[in-house]
Amino acid sequence: MEKIIELKNISKAFDGETVLDNMSLDIYDNEFITLLGPSGCGKTTTLRIVGGFEHPDQGDVIFMGERINDVPPHKRHVNTVFQKYALFPHLNVFENVAFGLRQRKVPKNEIKEKVDNMLKMVMLSGFADRSVTSLSGGQQQRVAIARALVNEPKVLLLDEPLGALDLKLRKDMQQELKKIQKNTGITFIFVTHDQEEALSMSDTIVVMSEGKIQQIGTPSDIYNEPVNAFVADFIGESNIIDGVMLSDYRVRFGGHTFECLDTGFAPNEPVDVVVRPEDVDIVAPEKGMLCGNVTSVTFMGVHNEAIVDIGGFKWMIQTTDHVEENAYIGITLEPDAIHIMKKSKYSGMFGDYSSYSNELEELSNPGGEDEE
Amino acid sequence: MKLSAKIYSGIIFCFLFAPIAVLLIFSFNEAKSLSVFSVFSLKWYKELFLDRNTLGALKNTLLLAASATAISTALGTFAAMGINKLRSKWYRAAMNTVTDIPMINPDIITGISLMLMFVFVGRLFGASTSLNFGTMLIAHITFCTPYVILQVLPKLQQMDKAMPEAAMDLGCTPLGAFFKVELPEILPGIITGAIMAFTLSLDDFVISYFTAGTGFETLPIRIYAMTKKTVTPKMYALATIIFFVTLTLLLISNVVDNDDSRKVRDMKKEKKRKEK
Amino acid sequence: MKASAAGKSHNTYRIALAPYSAWSVLFVLVPLIFIAFYAFTDNNFEFTTENITRFFTATSNLVQDDGSTQEVRTYLLIFMRSLKLAVISTAVCLLMGYPIAYIMARAKEKTQKTMVTLIMIPMWMNFLIRTYAWMTILQDTGIINGFLARLGLGEIHIIGTETAVILGMVYDYFPYMVLPIYSILAKLDGRLLEAARDLGCGSFSVLRRVIFPLSMPGVISGINMVLIPSISTFYISQKLGNGKFFLIGDAIEGQYVANNLHFAAAIAFILMVILLTVMALIKYVTARCVYGGD
Repeated sequence: MEKIIELKNISKAFDGETVLDNMSLDIYDNEFITLLGPSGCGKTTTLRIVGGFEHPDQGDVIFMGERINDVPPHKRHVNTVFQKYALFPHLNVFENVAFGLRQRKVPKNEIKEKVDNMLKMVMLSGFADRSVTSLSGGQQQRVAIARALVNEPKVLLLDEPLGALDLKLRKDMQQELKKIQKNTGITFIFVTHDQEEALSMSDTIVVMSEGKIQQIGTPSDIYNEPVNAFVADFIGESNIIDGVMLSDYRVRFGGHTFECLDTGFAPNEPVDVVVRPEDVDIVAPEKGMLCGNVTSVTFMGVHNEAIVDIGGFKWMIQTTDHVEENAYIGITLEPDAIHIMKKSKYSGMFGDYSSYSNELEELSNPGGEDEE
Repeated sequence: MKLSAKIYSGIIFCFLFAPIAVLLIFSFNEAKSLSVFSVFSLKWYKELFLDRNTLGALKNTLLLAASATAISTALGTFAAMGINKLRSKWYRAAMNTVTDIPMINPDIITGISLMLMFVFVGRLFGASTSLNFGTMLIAHITFCTPYVILQVLPKLQQMDKAMPEAAMDLGCTPLGAFFKVELPEILPGIITGAIMAFTLSLDDFVISYFTAGTGFETLPIRIYAMTKKTVTPKMYALATIIFFVTLTLLLISNVVDNDDSRKVRDMKKEKKRKEK
Repeated sequence: MKASAAGKSHNTYRIALAPYSAWSVLFVLVPLIFIAFYAFTDNNFEFTTENITRFFTATSNLVQDDGSTQEVRTYLLIFMRSLKLAVISTAVCLLMGYPIAYIMARAKEKTQKTMVTLIMIPMWMNFLIRTYAWMTILQDTGIINGFLARLGLGEIHIIGTETAVILGMVYDYFPYMVLPIYSILAKLDGRLLEAARDLGCGSFSVLRRVIFPLSMPGVISGINMVLIPSISTFYISQKLGNGKFFLIGDAIEGQYVANNLHFAAAIAFILMVILLTVMALIKYVTARCVYGGD
């Protein structure tokens, strides 16, 4: 695979506030890459730098081997699907999609053909003459995609394009976007704060926080092998426990020594231990490696979600077994259920479920956030 | 609507339209009286069109209104674009205040204040009469521009900020993006603003009264002078004509605005449908 | 947009604003300074407080109804009269205007549009002529009295009374009261009213406890928009008051015509200061009394 975009040591500040901090990223041809992070992490700014709407204070933007820092947006071979679509309300669906082609003075019959094909692809064939303001959110979304794709960009930038849609529609559009990306072979750079969306669509995920890249990898890498507490917490649910790496393959935490698969740490190095809630097995207390009291149980449909107090640390455990509230239980962990991370500045900030509630989760992760 | 509401509305509208009805009716009075109607006639309209002074004043008024509208529309539109992009809170508050002043201040104070300045500056340059078409034009631009800003600014604020970016993304230069995307979006605001400016200028008496020189007479000033003496139905005929001209302009601006609000309504409907 | 492409486009917008900024300073702010400047100088542009003092101390003899004369402070009397008539007119506008604004806001959308247009139409008739038309309706030989005579009733005397002046003010500025109130009431969320009913309010308490407090911003701007022009008007009193009720606007105009620019400026200056104080007061009082008022 070929590199199509290289970001080299990009820094950017707004009013003295650092948004991107010496960030470097390579983006390859044909890939579906997602910039994932909480609001304010710099993901949208990164996208806008690629689109040409922001200029980096420092660093270079390389597009197919050429430095494009000073190339204005209208001369770049990238197109954008904007957050709230930014469709032109004074133009109908056809004219919105044809906008870029008309700008490039493409012959009329060719425009007609291309636009018609594109509308067919996004399943809006009969809508050419409709006013864009009369369309539903999902339809507007499709027009925005068609309007960008009809220009056959080398790279398509998508800035939280599904944020305004309701859940069901969002799921459908995720499938559809993935399909379009496969069929066209265009590189998609997708920005979102929704980790599920990122996991289900991407070839590569870039997890960002505070203007820095925390981790780059495939969805399964990111989920199974998070590099630090921030990534582990941001992607899925995780229990993050303080531990000590006794030696290769042996880690001690919660007063018990566990077997694990991790190597390469100094003897007795303090580490963060990640255990995903679904990887914990519940057993009778006498058989448990660790024991504790169940403080709450929530029925989630496919599984039960139990909060278990083990030596003062609240674990989240997802199990299909029946668990009683206030029961005293034991847990066991297979070696592959344990993932060891080096200590980072995020250690101790995440991964304890003592103040956990569904409601709080909602509050701390609001849907339609505005970034930059 | 309940019956009581209907009756009340009826009374209010009778009150509002009584003098206008009187005006319209008596402009067709054969006799000179403004309180006793004799026979229908177009005599006063005919006389109006033979009155050179009034026609001259009409020409002056239109010239003044057209110039003031053109300049204040341009000035106000650019200003609104600037204000919309202002980042400094302080500057923004200052611009809002300064825009409010001519709208809130009594006309008489606006008129007096400009007159004093013109007279003073005129004196500095040793001119005996410093009030003329120019000073009136300045005064009219000053009180019309805020209304243009008031119409254009909300349109700019409603517009998705990403709109010009989207145009550039699709290959427009920044200037191209302005003409192809931004301008069509705010055009209804500009047109409504221009129409408001035109009618305000056309109708203004107080500020004109204080800033007009002796040589330049507009219709409202002429009407004022005429009502100082005895008034003939000729003036009513004039008022009737002005009334219908302004009314037409008002209706046009309504249509322009309706077109715009229809779009908004469509959007709302769509949202509602989605919610269900 | 938090940032612009290298600040370049931002500069463009600054340039777009520059002419208007300059214009506002030159033709809005500087002229206001000129009012103060003229108010505090004499004909040779030397500092004096005489114009201001004159406003407060000038006296004249007023003939009472019983024929005796009484010495009064001319301009203070005129000012108080202006204030009185303006406040009454504003109150009448509010009492007459609020119900119609409410009726409009509750009407069907199409009816609303028509009613707004109907309210606005009189504003587009030149105000001098409107006022003059009222004169022909009200005067002793006018249309009303002609009508009454035909019915064999005695004639009524309205022109030249304070009532006539108030009527003229109410008529001229009525739309300024109705439209702001209407625009607030029309936007009122219907669910709030349902919520109030759900919580046990009857029709009248919904109006008193929910609708009226919420419409306060509209009422305030309506009051401002009626009070200010009616306190400073100078034509209505001349025509409908038969020149008997000199108002503050007439005083300014009179001094202007007499070319006493410095004294005209002094009266305008005092008027401006009082209006600013009143407006600030209204704002302060409503901010304190009305929950959520800005």
